[in-house]
Amino acid sequence: MNKIKNLADLRDLKDKLQTKTKLRDKSENPEQMVQVKVAMATCCIASGSRETMNYIVDELDKRNIDAVVTQTGCMGYCYAEPTVEVIMPGKEPVVFGYVDTKKADEIIEKYIKSGILVEGIIPVNYKKIEQ
Amino acid sequence: MKDLSYHILDIVQNSLNAGAQRVEIDLWEETPTGRLTLKINDNGRGMDADMLKRITDPFFTTSVKKKVGLGLPLLKQNAELTGGSCSVESESGQGTRVTAIFNRNHIDMIPTGDLAITLKTLIASSHERDFLFTCRRDEEGFEVNTAEIRSQLEGVSLASREVLDYISTFIRDNLKSMT
Repeated sequence: MNKIKNLADLRDLKDKLQTKTKLRDKSENPEQMVQVKVAMATCCIASGSRETMNYIVDELDKRNIDAVVTQTGCMGYCYAEPTVEVIMPGKEPVVFGYVDTKKADEIIEKYIKSGILVEGIIPVNYKKIEQ
Repeated sequence: MKDLSYHILDIVQNSLNAGAQRVEIDLWEETPTGRLTLKINDNGRGMDADMLKRITDPFFTTSVKKKVGLGLPLLKQNAELTGGSCSVESESGQGTRVTAIFNRNHIDMIPTGDLAITLKTLIASSHERDFLFTCRRDEEGFEVNTAEIRSQLEGVSLASREVLDYISTFIRDNLKSMT
């Protein structure tokens, strides 16, 4: 059975990242950070939320944006999957629908970086399927 | 669900929603018979006998936001289409064990898909929980134990992209060497 047992590799990685995280101090102050929640229920996964999530995790890091990416359950907007909720510090949460990688790029570039709203927002008072 | 890796991601969500701190994912293929066994064990809150009876009913869900729960029914369907089966054992407060058995050689067998991305997604979004992923083909195999990796990283987050990439490369390389 092969294991990740290459301790030297992991230690190198650790040393490299420790310097990086010192500059960032992740999750010390979650209210001050951008929070991105990707819905990850059956409907979301079948519509491609895994790819959206991966793209967001990679791109936020590449573009040096301090953010916490987590997953959430089905928000009830199954028709608009994949859905992504973005909470900017001090602002109301915004839910975007039909977020493929192209849309995710737009959300990161415009909304997260410059605060400009992009198309595809699901209004909070929008009817859910049980209503 | 297009492939097995999506099913794994989906079923593990149930474990995470049940408050599991540790999820074990075990994928085991026996090439002489083509039997592929997927086991997902968690230490979440488990289910009582009543709920257990209803979980493969597509119209049963614990969610208040929707009226269907398709994760397990879809897994069961895909397993049964290959002549396999899907069973769930659980007790209140005792965690849950999901076992799906597939016949790899059956024409209706779904592809395996990208296991590395599934694991990466799970670790990235739930890095404070423990995942033990084992993948075996006959005598060969590999394992990823995030509790072990976390202790080596001494405070550096498992959700760092470099760590995630390292883990997915490890999985890809090992899967490649197994084929």
